[in-house]
Amino acid sequence: MQLTVWTYEGPPHVGAMRVATGMEGLHYVLHAPQGDTYADLLFTMIERRDRRPPVTYTTFSARDLGGDTAELFKTAAQNAYDRFQPQAMLVGASCTGSLIQDDPGGLARALALPIPVVAVDLPAYQRKENWGAAETFYQLVRALAGPSAPAPGTPRPERATGVRARCNLLGPTALGFRHRDDIVEITSLLAKLGIDVNVTAPMGATPADIARLGEADFNVVLYPEIAGQAAAWLQRTFGQPFTRIVPIGVSATREFVEEVAKLAGVDASATLASASTRLPWYSRSVDSTYLTGKRVFIFGDATHAVAAARIASDELGFKVVGLGTYSREFAREIRDAAKRHDVEPLITDDYLEVEAKVAELQPELVLGTQMERHIAKRLGIPCAVISAPVHVQDFPARYAPQMGFEGANVIFDTWVHPLMMGLEEHLLAMFKDDFEFVDGAVPSHLGAGHSAAVPQAVPADPVAAAAMASEISVVWASDAEKELRKIPFFVRGKARRNTERFANENGVSTITIETLYDAKAHYAR
Amino acid sequence: MNVHVQGCTVAAEAAPKPVRRENGQREVFCGLTGIVWLHRKIQDAFFLVVGSRTCAHLIQSAAGVMIFAEPRFATAIMEEKDLAGLTDANDELDRIVAQLIARRPEIRLLFLVGSCPSEVIKLDLSRAALRLSQKFSPAVRILNYSGSGIETTFTQGEDACLASLVPAAPQARTGEAQLLIVGALADVVEDQFIRMFDALGLGRVQFLPPRKASVLPDIGPNTRFLLAQPFLTDTARALEDRGATRLAAPFPLGVEGTTAWLRAAADAFGVAPALFESVTHPHRIRAERALVRYRDQLGGRRIFLFPDSQLEIPLARFLSRELSMQLVEVGTPYLHREHLAEELRLLPDDVVLSEGQDVDLQLDRCRLARPDLVVCGLGLANPLEAEGITTKWSIELVFTPIQGYEQAADLAELFARPLVRRAKLVA
Repeated sequence: MQLTVWTYEGPPHVGAMRVATGMEGLHYVLHAPQGDTYADLLFTMIERRDRRPPVTYTTFSARDLGGDTAELFKTAAQNAYDRFQPQAMLVGASCTGSLIQDDPGGLARALALPIPVVAVDLPAYQRKENWGAAETFYQLVRALAGPSAPAPGTPRPERATGVRARCNLLGPTALGFRHRDDIVEITSLLAKLGIDVNVTAPMGATPADIARLGEADFNVVLYPEIAGQAAAWLQRTFGQPFTRIVPIGVSATREFVEEVAKLAGVDASATLASASTRLPWYSRSVDSTYLTGKRVFIFGDATHAVAAARIASDELGFKVVGLGTYSREFAREIRDAAKRHDVEPLITDDYLEVEAKVAELQPELVLGTQMERHIAKRLGIPCAVISAPVHVQDFPARYAPQMGFEGANVIFDTWVHPLMMGLEEHLLAMFKDDFEFVDGAVPSHLGAGHSAAVPQAVPADPVAAAAMASEISVVWASDAEKELRKIPFFVRGKARRNTERFANENGVSTITIETLYDAKAHYAR
Repeated sequence: MNVHVQGCTVAAEAAPKPVRRENGQREVFCGLTGIVWLHRKIQDAFFLVVGSRTCAHLIQSAAGVMIFAEPRFATAIMEEKDLAGLTDANDELDRIVAQLIARRPEIRLLFLVGSCPSEVIKLDLSRAALRLSQKFSPAVRILNYSGSGIETTFTQGEDACLASLVPAAPQARTGEAQLLIVGALADVVEDQFIRMFDALGLGRVQFLPPRKASVLPDIGPNTRFLLAQPFLTDTARALEDRGATRLAAPFPLGVEGTTAWLRAAADAFGVAPALFESVTHPHRIRAERALVRYRDQLGGRRIFLFPDSQLEIPLARFLSRELSMQLVEVGTPYLHREHLAEELRLLPDDVVLSEGQDVDLQLDRCRLARPDLVVCGLGLANPLEAEGITTKWSIELVFTPIQGYEQAADLAELFARPLVRRAKLVA
C-alpha cells in the first residue's frame, strides 16, 4: 500500500478514456462500479467538452456480485453498440472490474458485433494514467492497422517522385496539455516544409483513420509518453521511422525541422530562414537582463520538464535549481537532463515530497503542473504551468500552443509574466527607501486625508508568529527588524528566511543589522 | 398523523405516488465523495480510504480545487501484492496507519473508509479498526465505514459515516428528553438553528456529526432526533437501536420546510404555539420577502431533476410549492418512503418520480421534454448546455448552505442564476 494525498496521474483506465474521448467513432465499454463515472467530469468540466465521453459503464453493484456480472457486461456492450453505432469498440475493466475477472474481451467477442472489438487489459494496481493511454493507443493501432501490414521483412517502397511526403502526428489525446493547439502549430509547420499530415491520432482520428496509419512515410511523435510504444510498433511493422525530437522551445523546434526534413527528403533551409519567433529577441532585449540567473524549479511529465529545463537555461538565461518528474517510466530522461543542468533529479509521485523540495530550494519561479501551482501559491512564489495534470484555466480560449515557433512565443509570455518586469524591478530597488514606499504608506495621489497605518512590530497572525518562533531559534534585534522592513515587501520574506538560515548556519543567536548584510552578501549572486 | 404547514392540513392517507424504477448506467458519485465535506465538518477527524488510485483520483476530482496543503483525508492505495494475500494487506494497513498517526498527531478520530476494491477482496476493515484501536487508544479512536460505489451512492457515504459514529457515542445519563439534529450542516446554518432552538426554550440541543469528534453527542431512550438530511437511513436505524425516537418532519429547505421541521421539534417538546409563532414569524416574513423576486423569475418554469444526492424530493417540494415551478421529472438515486413520507404528501399528485437511473434512457426523456432547467451532475451539465438546455450543477446543492430561513433565497438563487445568465448572453 502507498499512502497518497494527491495524485499526479489517475488510474490507467482514465488514460484509455483520454484516447477514446479524443477519437471519433470509437466507444469504450468499461466494466466498472457506480462512481467510476466521476471520470466524465474531467472531460466535460476541466476541458469543457460539449459531449459526454464515449464511455459506457456497466455499473455493477454489490448485489450483482453474487449474480451474473458477465451478463451485465454483455447487455451493456450490446446496448452501447445499438445506441451509438461506433466503428470500433474498446472494452476493458476499471480497478474493481478487473478484480471480478469477467474477461470483457472474451464476453465482447461472444456478442459477435460486426465491428472490430479491441480489448485492453490495464493492470490497475501497478500502472497509471499515461501508461494506460500508451497501452490503449498501442493496442488500437495494432488491432486496426495490423491487418494492412506487409509481410515481415518487406522493404518499404520508395516514394514516387513528385509526390509530397506524408507523416502521421502521434500522441495528442483528450485532456492533454495544449494538445489541441500543438496539432495546429505542427501541422502548419510541416505544411511550410511541404509535408502533408496523413493522420493525426488519437485526437480527431476515427478507427478507419487508424487503419491507414501505415500509408504515411514516417511518424512524428509529439508526446512520447503516449505514442512511443505505438510508434516503435509501426516502425517494426511498416518500416516507418519516427522523430525523437519534441519541438518545444526555439532550439528544439529548429532541430525538429531539420529532423523531419531529413526523414521527408526535403530542404529545410527556407523554412528555417523564414521562421519567425520573438523569443530570441525578447530574451536579448535589455528589459530581460533581470531574468539572468533567476532560480527556477521544474516538475512535470518528462517530455515537458526536460524541454522546459532547456528553454529556461539556454533561451531565457535562468538557473535551473531543481528538475523532476512524476513519471517513473521516463526517469532516465530526467536523470540525463538533471546531469546536464547539474542538479539532483527528483523522481517521485509524492506531492508532499515535491512541496518540501520547493520550500527547501526557495526558487524564484516554479514551472510545474497544477499541483506545483498550488504549492507555489502557498509559498508565495511565481509559477507557470508547463505540463499535465492541468486544470480548467489551462484550457485557454485563445490559441496557445507549447510547440513550434508560436509555442516559444507563448512560453516566453507565460513564464515571464508572473515575474516582475525588469524596469519595474529596477525602479523598486532605486526607490526602496522612499518615504512613500514604506509599509502602510498611502500613495500621494490618494490625498493627504489617508493616514498611513502604524507599522506593526509583530506579525498580525499570532499563530504564524508562534510557528515562526518554534522553527527558528534566532531572534531579531529591533534595529535589524527595522532595517528588514525597508526591504520591499515582495522580497522581504525571502530576505528574512535567508538571513535566519545564515544565522542558524553560523551560530548567530541574535540577528543584527550586520548579520542582515552579511547574509545579503553571502547569498548575493 | 397530520402535517401542519402554514395553516393548511394535508391528509396523511393520500395514495402512494407511482415511481419509475430504473437499473442501468448511473451518472452519480460513490459514497467516498462525502469525505469532501465531512472532513471539513469534523475538525479533528481523518479519513483514510483503503482503495485504489481511482478512489484517490475521484476524491481529488470531486474536491475540484486543491487548496489544502495536507488535507485530513488520504488514500492507502492498494498494490498488486496487497491483493495477493490478506495477511499482507492487513500488515500494510497497520504500517500505513502508524505512519499516518505519527505524521498527524493532532488527529483524534480516524475513519478507515472501505472502497469497491477493498469490499471485493473482502478486506475486513471493522476488524482492522478494532485491532488498530487497541494499539492507538485512547489517543486515537479508529472507526470504519464503507463508501464504496458497489454499496453507496454519493450522500449515502455520509449516512454510513454517521451510522458508524452512533455506537461510539456515550449513553445519555439524563432522564429528560433531549433533541439531536442529525446530518451535516454548514456551521453557519447550525448556529442559526441553535439560536432558534434556544429561543424556543428547547434547552440543550446536540448535533451529529459534531464539530469535534472528541465530543460525541450522548444518546439514549430520551433522545428525540430530527433528520436535517434526507439520506440518513442507516444512521436513523442505528439511533433507533439505541432507543432514540425519530421526529417525522419535512426537511428544512425553504420557508415551509424549515417551519414544519422546527414545528416537529417544538411539538415534541411541548412548546406553546404562541411562542413558536413569535419566534419563527419574523424569520418567515423575512425569508418569504426574499423569495418573491425568485418566484417571478422561476414561476411556471419547467424543471427536470436527475438523481444525485437524495435531496431531489425536498427540493422539488420547495420548487413547486414556494416558487411555483413545474416538475417534469424528479429523479432520486434511492427513495426512502418512510423518511420522505411528509415530503411526498406535499408534492403534486401527478408528479413523475423516478428511482435509480439508466442515464441514456433518462437523457432521452429529458431531451424529449425540453425542460427550462435541468438539475444534473457535472458529467452531464456541459453536454446538455451544448444542446441548448440550461442546467444547474447538483453538487453545489450539497456544498452550499441551503437549509433554514436565511438560506431559502440563496437556494432559490442557485436555480435562478443559470436562467438569468442564459437570458443575458447574446453572443
